[in-house]
Amino acid sequence: MAKDVAASLNDILQNDQEALLRTWVDRQVGSPGFRSDRTSRQEVADHSARFLTQLREAIRSGDTNILASPWTDARRVLDELSFARAQQGFSPSETAQFVFSLKQPLFERLRRDLVNDPGLLATLTSEADALLDTLGLYTTEVFQRGREQVIMRQQQELMELSTPVVTLWDGVLALPLIGTLDSARTQVVMESLLQRIVDSGASIAIIDITGVPTVDTLTAQHLLKTVAAARLMGADCIISGIRPQIAQTIVHLGVELGSVITKATLADAFAIALRRLGLAVQKTAAAPARRDREGEDRDVRSSLDRPEN
Amino acid sequence: MGEYLLVSIQVDMHDRLAMTLQADLTDRIVSVHAKGVLIDISALEMVDSFIGRMLGDLAAMSRVLDAETVVVGMRPAVAITLVELGLALKGVRTALNVERGMDLLRNRIDARGREDAGRE
Repeated sequence: MAKDVAASLNDILQNDQEALLRTWVDRQVGSPGFRSDRTSRQEVADHSARFLTQLREAIRSGDTNILASPWTDARRVLDELSFARAQQGFSPSETAQFVFSLKQPLFERLRRDLVNDPGLLATLTSEADALLDTLGLYTTEVFQRGREQVIMRQQQELMELSTPVVTLWDGVLALPLIGTLDSARTQVVMESLLQRIVDSGASIAIIDITGVPTVDTLTAQHLLKTVAAARLMGADCIISGIRPQIAQTIVHLGVELGSVITKATLADAFAIALRRLGLAVQKTAAAPARRDREGEDRDVRSSLDRPEN
Repeated sequence: MGEYLLVSIQVDMHDRLAMTLQADLTDRIVSVHAKGVLIDISALEMVDSFIGRMLGDLAAMSRVLDAETVVVGMRPAVAITLVELGLALKGVRTALNVERGMDLLRNRIDARGREDAGRE
């Protein structure tokens, strides 16, 4: 943009910023896509005023590349707006409308002020049009980024939520917990565990908390509830995977784990479970060096025999 | 069933029924010299704190009358409710189904028989 064009555009914007702002905000609030349930006139007016000021600052520099440094502040206003709207659940067009709705009032203004200079009017109109288009697209882009962040966060939460119940052996279930345990999640964990106990008729359930980063009184409470519920279903629970720090925390918090069996590792817990079922793991005379034969699994399985009573 | 009593709760328990059950059960334990009581609650879909306490009471009464008690067939939803109500039924033995319950009962009574024999 040439310096003189930029200057005259700046002049026009500065000339009656208040009136321009008012018509712009009126347009936004009056448009059918205005979400009165998500935002207020006050909020829109606030954003609009800040953006208009920054826009004027940026235009004065004469730089049309909106990624250049004079546009930093204007971009920041748009960033904030798009991010906020993405979180609040606005649609992309509703968000982009913020910038595009400035066109109409601005062009009206140009037409009125430059009625005697059609040449300048045409230049300014096309310049401003191009500029606002880029800004609108930029808004949409930021909006998309905001949505992507929301999706990523939800994915993360989902991952934490999924807790498989695995069968270690006939009658032995394991529940490897990963991520923080809150009330809602404990409920899901408890329900799926109990359902699996019914389905599989398991008599021992091992709750492995290796993947639980911290244990506070609430988490301990949830664990104890799960253990109590499993006991009511006729299954014994073993808590395994207690890290040294967590053991310290549990004792410092004064949490009473009562009669619950606790083990440091899942292997220890599994050994106890097998013993309870009257099973034992034996070492066969010569362990094969490599898994090079089919049916090797069968050999391993046959080494797990019931001990003679 | 021999020296065992099987109590199967098939209908939704209301308070008066629960009291009647307590009276009947204690009478029967004495009259048949029962050594074990199996309470099957697999048909019970809803529990409140009263029923929860009643189950605990039943077990305690049977114990006083020298009979082992096992509660079997509790549904997951019922188990969660009882735990949320703070009634973990401490001191009540539980098993997944009637079969397991009978095994448990036999083992307990055998063990007790051995203990008594050892003491004499």
